[in-house]
Amino acid sequence: MSLWEYANPVKFISTTDKVLPWIWVLAAGCLATGLIWGFFFTPDDFRMGSTVKIIYIHVPSALMAINAWLMMLVASLIWIVRRHHVSALAARAAAPVGAVMTVIALVTGAFWGQPMWGTWWEWDPRLTSFLILFLFYLGYIALWEAIENDDTAADLTSILCLVGSVFAILSRYAVNFWNQGLHQGATFSLDREENISDVFWYPAVISMLGFALLFVALVFLRTQTEIRARRTRALLAREGQA
Amino acid sequence: MPDLGKYAFEVLSSYGVTFVMLLLITWISVRRARKVRAALEEVESRKVRNG
Amino acid sequence: MRDLMLAFRAGGGFGLGLAFFLIVTVLVPFGVGPQTDLLSRIAPGILWIGALLACLLSLDRILALDWEDGSLDLLATAPLPMESIVTIKALAHWITTGLPLVLAAPVLGVLLNLPGPAYQWVLISLAVGTPALSVIGTFGAALTVGLKRGGLLMSLLVLPLYVPTLIFGAEVARRGADGLSVQTPLMLLAGISFGVIALLPFASAAVLKINLR
Repeated sequence: MSLWEYANPVKFISTTDKVLPWIWVLAAGCLATGLIWGFFFTPDDFRMGSTVKIIYIHVPSALMAINAWLMMLVASLIWIVRRHHVSALAARAAAPVGAVMTVIALVTGAFWGQPMWGTWWEWDPRLTSFLILFLFYLGYIALWEAIENDDTAADLTSILCLVGSVFAILSRYAVNFWNQGLHQGATFSLDREENISDVFWYPAVISMLGFALLFVALVFLRTQTEIRARRTRALLAREGQA
Repeated sequence: MPDLGKYAFEVLSSYGVTFVMLLLITWISVRRARKVRAALEEVESRKVRNG
Repeated sequence: MRDLMLAFRAGGGFGLGLAFFLIVTVLVPFGVGPQTDLLSRIAPGILWIGALLACLLSLDRILALDWEDGSLDLLATAPLPMESIVTIKALAHWITTGLPLVLAAPVLGVLLNLPGPAYQWVLISLAVGTPALSVIGTFGAALTVGLKRGGLLMSLLVLPLYVPTLIFGAEVARRGADGLSVQTPLMLLAGISFGVIALLPFASAAVLKINLR
């Protein structure tokens, strides 16, 4: 029993079919708990007022926006090294979800920035980096859509993902250099010093878990879809030849 | 309903936008999953019938 | 070598890129108004953006012509490794497009009322940065070489990759204009150029091999 077993598309579909309902339920449960708790049962921050409630969607979506890209990077590497089709398709499946997470992070950030900084948009390093990340997602998705041959598309997009990752990190440093920011530093860290109190911490963590599970569920579902779509195309092509 | 004070608009629209976006991506994914699954089943049943 | 000869003979690439650069620079004052103090403040950035766009515009010519007439397949079977082929392609693009842009920038700076001390820094930053633009562009061209309607997609892919180069390049020019120290951004810009020239041809070559499969 090894992880690579799931590189077999049939095995992948049957396994994910079994676990998917559970993940959906868990994701919905975590999201509902985290967000309802956060929205209804947490106090306002003395400095930020009720806008602090945005944190329960802003931070998880920002986290997933980056993690989605990391997942795509890992999946691309696996495709390049071990040529597992499921891996390439999972990267493809994750990209639109990651792009949506990026948009959520940007939009909620704008709604948060408006009352706090007095502006919807600021060319702050973090904000700018996220905008650039969004452009990378768009390019990656567009390249997948543009190329007809599946394997060629998988090869090209995975190389783009690698090169893009390097440039995304470069951009992050460049942007930091270019403008010092308004954005506060990381609110959440594992050792969690005094910068956030328990009342905000627990609902936020549950919400993060919810976002992560929702991401996993969507990626599983979309990967299944890609596998089936490819099989359909292959069968149709065979019919066409016969 | 908690009292959101003067920031009600910002907080509510943030939540609103997030729900709309999450539902949208989920709905699109589920719909395409159904469509592709149906298409595959159709093609596979045809293959079985024709031998 | 053959590329260089061909590009010089065809000539078109040259002129077009330069003309585009000129037009962008001329259009900016129409867009933002004729106040000379405003223009001189944004001039370094405008020159960088103009050069970048002119560079982008000519990228698809790097490989598209060779792809169409099949000489790319010939080059692939040639004893030369693919890495050196894409490097030569990028070099040819830089000599025919990047270098003229660098040389034209100070002239166009006059139109934008570029402040005196900025001239040399615009020139230097473009000279250091445009090779990176050519090499990154070659990667984009290699990615999209076989596609119809590849041009627009290539812009979408290449422009985000241009961000770090643009930031550091424009920063050098801007600091130079304000009489500040330019050493750090210039070092970083040079670092990006060298890094990109050293590493990206491998990615471009890999991509081109996949596309020629």
